[in-house]
Amino acid sequence: MTQTSAVGLIDAILERYEPVIGLEVHGQLLTRSKMFCSCSAEYIDAPPNSNCCPVCLGLPGALPVMNRVAVEFTVRTALALDCEIPEFTKFDRKNYFYPDLPKGYQISQFDMPMSHDGHLTVSVDGEEVRCGITRVHLEEDTGTLQHAGDILQQARSSLVDLNRCGVPLMEIVGEPDLRSPEQAREYLVRLRQILVYIGVNDGNLEQGSFRCDANISLRRRGDTGLGVKVEVKNMNSFRAVQRALEFEIVRQGRLLDQGQTIAQETRGWVEARGATIGQRSKEYAHDYRYFPEPDLPPLQLSREYVERVRAGLPELPQQLVERLRREHGLSAYDAALITAERDDARSFEALVAAGVPAKAAANWLMGEVARLSRETRTALSQSGLGVRGLAALISLVEAGSINGPTAKQLLEELYLRGGDPGAVVRERGLAQVSDTEEIGRIVSSVIEANAAAAADFRGGKEQALHSLVGQVMKATRGRADARLVNRLLRERLSG
Amino acid sequence: MSELTTAGLSVTAMAGLLRSGQASPQDLAAASRGELDRIEGLHAVLRRTGELAERQAARAARLLAETPEAAGPLCGIPFAHKDVICLEGVGTSAGSKILESFVPPYTATALQRLLDAGAVPLAVTNCDEFAMGSSNENSAYGPVGNPWDPDRVPGGSSGGSATVVAAGAVPFALGSDTGGSIRQPASFCGVAGFKPTYGRVSRYGLIAFASSLDQIGPFARTVEDAAGVYSAIAGHDPHDSTSSPAAVEPVAAELRRGVQGMRLGIPREYMGEGLEPGVRQAVEAAFAQLEKLGATLVEVSLPTTDAALSTYYIIAPAECSANLARMDGVRFGLHVDRASLTDTYLQSRDQGFGPEVKRRIMLGTYALSSGYYDAYYRKAQKVRTLIAAEFDSAFETVDALVCPTSPVVAFEKGAKSDPLSMYLCDVLTIPVNLAGLPGISVPCGVSAGLPVGLQVIGPRFQDGRVLRVAHAYEQATDWHSRLPGPVPGVTA
Repeated sequence: MTQTSAVGLIDAILERYEPVIGLEVHGQLLTRSKMFCSCSAEYIDAPPNSNCCPVCLGLPGALPVMNRVAVEFTVRTALALDCEIPEFTKFDRKNYFYPDLPKGYQISQFDMPMSHDGHLTVSVDGEEVRCGITRVHLEEDTGTLQHAGDILQQARSSLVDLNRCGVPLMEIVGEPDLRSPEQAREYLVRLRQILVYIGVNDGNLEQGSFRCDANISLRRRGDTGLGVKVEVKNMNSFRAVQRALEFEIVRQGRLLDQGQTIAQETRGWVEARGATIGQRSKEYAHDYRYFPEPDLPPLQLSREYVERVRAGLPELPQQLVERLRREHGLSAYDAALITAERDDARSFEALVAAGVPAKAAANWLMGEVARLSRETRTALSQSGLGVRGLAALISLVEAGSINGPTAKQLLEELYLRGGDPGAVVRERGLAQVSDTEEIGRIVSSVIEANAAAAADFRGGKEQALHSLVGQVMKATRGRADARLVNRLLRERLSG
Repeated sequence: MSELTTAGLSVTAMAGLLRSGQASPQDLAAASRGELDRIEGLHAVLRRTGELAERQAARAARLLAETPEAAGPLCGIPFAHKDVICLEGVGTSAGSKILESFVPPYTATALQRLLDAGAVPLAVTNCDEFAMGSSNENSAYGPVGNPWDPDRVPGGSSGGSATVVAAGAVPFALGSDTGGSIRQPASFCGVAGFKPTYGRVSRYGLIAFASSLDQIGPFARTVEDAAGVYSAIAGHDPHDSTSSPAAVEPVAAELRRGVQGMRLGIPREYMGEGLEPGVRQAVEAAFAQLEKLGATLVEVSLPTTDAALSTYYIIAPAECSANLARMDGVRFGLHVDRASLTDTYLQSRDQGFGPEVKRRIMLGTYALSSGYYDAYYRKAQKVRTLIAAEFDSAFETVDALVCPTSPVVAFEKGAKSDPLSMYLCDVLTIPVNLAGLPGISVPCGVSAGLPVGLQVIGPRFQDGRVLRVAHAYEQATDWHSRLPGPVPGVTA
């Protein structure tokens, strides 16, 4: 199906059916050690099976000991999502056999999770959607498998790496309150932002430290019951989530239109094909035989403890947006952009504190700096220039000491390398030329030397001015005050 | 010192030989090894520790020579431990084929504490596979003979540990007790066997059978020795979240306080019809002895006792069904290579586990299955709470409970072929595990030439009180000092 027909199709289907979407997010916690042992939680760059011990290898006789930081991070998340936190919580064993799960069970939480009944409000196209959070609970991650072949069952051999095994994992279960792929995407963007802000997760979808599964069903517009839900997995970007949900809406809508029933199943998103593929039917779903984990006593979370964690919560994205608008008069648009990444918001505040006007700080961060940090894969705070260097550079522009193009050139040059912009300007004589007499002389000679272009402009060809400005800039090695050049050219040519 | 004989010596007696210079740790180890050779026909030992024993004996000798005042009472004392307690570099198979090749890369906390105290590990003892059984007949490596009659069982699951101590080959041994697996074999073999309060001794490194019930404890020739070993291994372990952070009470002084003025309860339900007459006679004589020592004996009632066995046989299999899932043939132990992952799992487990282990895994899997959980597992947990509460209220009126350890004496190998009759052997010990209480068995007589055990049960974390009652009884009698004769068919 072509892109246009798919778009047409989804709109037609959405006229008849309403999608009901609920998301389950798994976020690895940024703890230094694993959840039940003191092994490093670092697994991406570590050699296979190097961060392992009898506990996370599941050797006979080994026992789990709870990582307190993991508990605190989960409570922190629950509080940020306005969840209720019961005083009593326990852990359970979820039983199933798989080579990436060396104990044969995952320590998770079943009927008494660490928190429940929270919510996250997102706004899409000006509409506010309040999505309920069913629960936030804590469990352990599994190891990773490398198959010589497509899937485990058909592989000639499989390699098991247990470095990731036992890394603390938080599950955030959302209510089926979302009604479009756009809402689903926005929910994820906001949730990820919150987790990163409160320092519990690095928000990396590609590497899988932030993972999302989606449940989606369709129902006829006007119906209040729920259709048969399909679980979609393997989406490792926000875009993939949106596309997978759009695909499912079309797939399910067509089946329903044909009078067929939807099979309750798990489907995997295959990016290359732009489609979801059936993985396993729920009829054969595991009976996980949950029961209380006898190796871990239940946790009592005292009210004092919860309040202490609450008091330590940093400013949340929405609070920061409101404060930046209030304190610095930023537009809603700029405030949203600036706060998308916590690091940018920090840089913004540092620039303003260093005397840079808010609007200029926002423009630089969202423009040139954003581009450079993307291209160099280096955040401003990690760059050679740093926030202080950038503040110095912008101040030179604001003071009229250098012009915009020179500033951009310097930023590009100093971003990774670092250096004092003021010193570089002095050394290389890059200071802006704003002397009316000097520029006036150059303007006159440029007009003389480019009589044709001057005539064109006089004849009403506005375009011709650009080439004349360019000539003046060239003659000043780009240092001239562009506004002054423009003004003088217009004066002379109309004189 | 080739004439040194250590047969039947207690820890205290051996420590005396060491302090007086009559023997070195190496001498004691050599003599005990000779004793183990002498009883090899009983098949109580699966593995010797080899060089580790030599190193540890030499270390103990150094400690005793250089800092005798810092060397504790277990320094240089040989011992054995059950094949479910991990010892780094020494095979630990849990009496199972599936772990035949397993050599743990780490040492259990309880064992490590003994090593730190200078004790010398000589041997790994036979047991029922994954500690599941009451006769030691479920060992994948063959049964153990009772030193009093090799045609009879030593009890289980810690049959090998009970046997090596009862035969006098080593002065103490470690076992584990999930439903009576220390106390019942202690009773069958005529030694002291102590199960501490749940949470007193770290389970880290104990290959789990049922995590909420398992507890490591000592076999010894005297209660005093058992108390000494308990003191060495008890106490909080940061590696075991279920180990109690509370400080361990010093038991040595409490041991000697006697039973004068104590109120001891006899649970009516434990003296019912199932008791063999010889057991009843011996235990009643023990009650009389305790009264003579100044205790007041009263009858108490624990009405939920008859539900304990079925409760246990839901909870323990449920936990074991998960605990044994890691034995999947992938990373350690028996691996039966098959084309598919599922077949590899199935074949490794089918060939690796024995029938009793499979039975319990199936029972537990069933009890936890969706649709059955409420009727079985949840209900069993409720009954378990009731049983514990009943003990608690009994302890409001009595200081400790006294009763038989087992309704029967050691039976003949093969005598109990159906699982249920075997399960019934533990009817008097299982409630103690369900309630997490400390319990000890001490020899209190013989019936048809076979030892009978007296069980003393105390409130949680009153381990010292249990040891005190048992010690007072033991000191007033001499059942504990008897040694079985030479093992028939085995030449010394």
